[in-house]
Amino acid sequence: MRMEQTHCLSVNENQCSMCMPMGAILAFKGVEGSMAIIHGSQGCSTYMRRHIAEHFNEPIDVASSSLNEKGTIYGGEANLRKGLDNAIKLYNPKVVGILTTCLAETIGEDIDRMAADYLEEKGLVDLPVVTVSTPGYGNSHFEGYFLAVKRIVAELVRQSVRHKGINIIVPNISPADIREIKRILKMMRVSYILLPDFSDTLDRALERPYRKMPAGGTKLADIAGMGGAQATIQMGVTVDEAISPGHYLESAFGVPLYNVPVPIGVQNTDLFVNLLKKLTGNPVPGSLERERGRLLDCMVDSHKYNAYGKSVVFGDPENVYAVACTCLENGISPVVTATGGKGGKLADLLKTRLPDAGPAAQVFCETDFSRIREKSREMEANIAIGHSGGRYLTEREGIPLVRYGFPIHDRVGGQRLLSVGYTGTAMLLDRITNTLLENKYRNYRRNIYQQFYYGTIKPAGKGRGEKNELRLQPGAKRE
Amino acid sequence: MKAVNLLELPVEERKESIYAKGKQKPNLKCDTDSIAGVVSQRACVYCGARVVLNPVTDAVHLVHGPIGCASYTWDIRGALSSGSDLYRFSFSTDLKEHDVIFGGEKKLALAIDELVIKYHPKLVFVYSTCIVGVIGDDLEMVCRVAARKHRIEVIPVQSTGFAGNKSAGYRAACDALLRLIEPKNKKEVKKSKSLNYLGDYNLAGEVWIIKSYLREMDIDMNVAFTGDSSCETLKTAAMASLNIVQCSGSMFYLAGKMEQIYGIPYMNISFLGLEDTAESLRKIARFFDDPETMGKTAELIEREINAYGDIVRGYREKLRGKKAAVYVGGGFKAISLIKQFREIGIDVVMVGTQTGRQEEYDTINDLVDEGTVILDDANPAELEQFVLEKGAHLLVGGVKERPLAYKLGIAFIDHNHDRKHPLSGFVGAVNFAEEVYATVCSPVWRFTQVPAAAHDCFAGEADNNETTTA
Repeated sequence: MRMEQTHCLSVNENQCSMCMPMGAILAFKGVEGSMAIIHGSQGCSTYMRRHIAEHFNEPIDVASSSLNEKGTIYGGEANLRKGLDNAIKLYNPKVVGILTTCLAETIGEDIDRMAADYLEEKGLVDLPVVTVSTPGYGNSHFEGYFLAVKRIVAELVRQSVRHKGINIIVPNISPADIREIKRILKMMRVSYILLPDFSDTLDRALERPYRKMPAGGTKLADIAGMGGAQATIQMGVTVDEAISPGHYLESAFGVPLYNVPVPIGVQNTDLFVNLLKKLTGNPVPGSLERERGRLLDCMVDSHKYNAYGKSVVFGDPENVYAVACTCLENGISPVVTATGGKGGKLADLLKTRLPDAGPAAQVFCETDFSRIREKSREMEANIAIGHSGGRYLTEREGIPLVRYGFPIHDRVGGQRLLSVGYTGTAMLLDRITNTLLENKYRNYRRNIYQQFYYGTIKPAGKGRGEKNELRLQPGAKRE
Repeated sequence: MKAVNLLELPVEERKESIYAKGKQKPNLKCDTDSIAGVVSQRACVYCGARVVLNPVTDAVHLVHGPIGCASYTWDIRGALSSGSDLYRFSFSTDLKEHDVIFGGEKKLALAIDELVIKYHPKLVFVYSTCIVGVIGDDLEMVCRVAARKHRIEVIPVQSTGFAGNKSAGYRAACDALLRLIEPKNKKEVKKSKSLNYLGDYNLAGEVWIIKSYLREMDIDMNVAFTGDSSCETLKTAAMASLNIVQCSGSMFYLAGKMEQIYGIPYMNISFLGLEDTAESLRKIARFFDDPETMGKTAELIEREINAYGDIVRGYREKLRGKKAAVYVGGGFKAISLIKQFREIGIDVVMVGTQTGRQEEYDTINDLVDEGTVILDDANPAELEQFVLEKGAHLLVGGVKERPLAYKLGIAFIDHNHDRKHPLSGFVGAVNFAEEVYATVCSPVWRFTQVPAAAHDCFAGEADNNETTTA
């Protein structure tokens, strides 16, 4: 396997990542009664609200300090204070997140001091405020998300008595995925605190009357008690220590940390379930065992179709890792794996797994879709798995896309996509296998006719579409 | 219907930007900076510039800034092209901490070099973003050097995000376009019966629809700003003898400048709705004052109205009495929508914009019924309040407003740059009526009206698409 750290030179062409405050907003959406305010120009919050709203189909309210020229030159404290005034008045939040932007960081705004002064002057000493430094140029949304979760933990956790509960820290997975993890926890009779829990806030039931502040989210009282938990299970194997909430809880409160992959794939789900069994001493119920059995049945049913899959997997590092593992255990070769940000430990982790995908499989960090496209063509990938940015691969290279992750802008239901646990994995795997089959059914009559009857099939790699036909690899002959 | 309760507005400062139409017309505060913390629906200067320039098909659109600004605007618009599709790519200099400290000029210059080698563009737009405005990169200089080096147009767009609101971005884009138009400050030989079409972005082919009408009238569309335009066609803009302006919010500045510099007169037109379309075509024909063109125009209008008038009237029967709330980007669109809704029997009970100008709000005030709420730079809390108080059955807006409407249990019309079906011209008027009907009269509302306890899905099924709004 070759390892290559993509060097984008001076241009990022068709982006595969978003900026830090975007991820931080998502984290705050998973905390009960929280309101985020972005300290920066009006556009930042509006663009991110739009980006999130289009994926979740939910109203996404995020305040902005609406920095203008004056604020940029003389400092934005007055704007931030007014922003806090109005956001608190309109939304009556239980906790406020203040996130910075490129602009605020560049002009050197000290949001910690500003927040402290504000709270004191307004007599709001009981209102928890969590500041997060999220310059857009600093890192990607992935790091912004975990840093925000870490800051939430650092600000809101109180020294508490030891209890039997287990902290569960999740990355940016779908609301349906969070609900599924909670269902598994319930089946395993685990007492837990899951953070951030946006399973309700970003996937609300239609209800009357409408509430500006959605119900749901991890309760502040629960977060406060995370320091006394028996253990932390963090779905964050790729997350660097510096931004790891689990690591913080371990070093500050002595809560043992278990980093596990997102439970997608039979092995990853086994890891999660077995860890729950070990920590609680509770048995795995028969119903969950049967779900596992059904997943195995699904894997066997589909293995011959999957054997022809050569996937390009892209998106957040944590999700890319779990999906790549799932591909590997099903005989699908993840020939290209990619993430737009630095990727944390993704590259190192995949290094140990990718040799199974063939000698040329590569992982790309800090990359863009221009490079992903180039490599997908080179590696003759025939299926893409990731967010809707991948439609570009479909349009330009004819590679069908299985939509997974965030954002999904060109289809509905991103918030309802279930991919974790034994049952979710089976559903994801079906989506993948069926996409391979759809491509096969679309093309096989024409291809075979041209190859054997007409004898004019083009050599592989020439002409759009041809290179993406289902083919056994490596070195195997066409059907 | 309850009276609108402006006293209940929680944020004092917002009161100057909202009123209900009454006997006296107060001055509406508009075109100012957004108020912090109220969750304005507006974006930034960069957004305004990007919207206007994005449809220039063969340009490299290079965003000089951090990744986010480019990432959130990658191929999100429905503008179509008959030629190059380079405009659908999103290029960013992806500024990092190092660049913020040491400056991004070098990286920008390299980025332009790389892009010229890879794509051979004739035109590069370089967009400024917030941090570029702060770290003080000299965009003008870098662009000038690159233009000379590669012998192409490299035009800086002064769209530093915090330096004003979205309207400032429109002006920045217009300034960039003005730099492209040749010849500089001298009169060009005019093409006869040729016009430029300003403020149409060829969303779902809307420019092409209008172009076909004009062709039938023997009028040549020289170039559209900026739908399906290219470097070459934009450069010929000075040759037209008339500018027609659709989206005046984004383009009135350019139209004024072109009149001043090239002596090209302009007129506001609107191709939204049957009536406005017909009237606009007549207005254009009158300008060229040619009996043959007038005749052809009359024929065209008659044919199209015959083809589509009945369909639209059919929808009017089904939609009569419904109430609409409008919250869109510009004043022009709001005005057109009020008229277009009237065409299908719908009254507008709330109307607001992100970037409307005083004179546009005056027109709006004249158009709407007494009691209609008029507001500038609204936020979700206000939209919720007025939509409910005024009993609107549908909201018109963009992506951010859509989920709010649905959560409030009312219909929604997408009137933004992402749409994938044309709303312009006669055919667009039918699409619009169809879309309104599809959303207002959808069966789904039957199931969303009542609290769970009272669920009886099949009761009162007849034709009741009333939506509960409180």
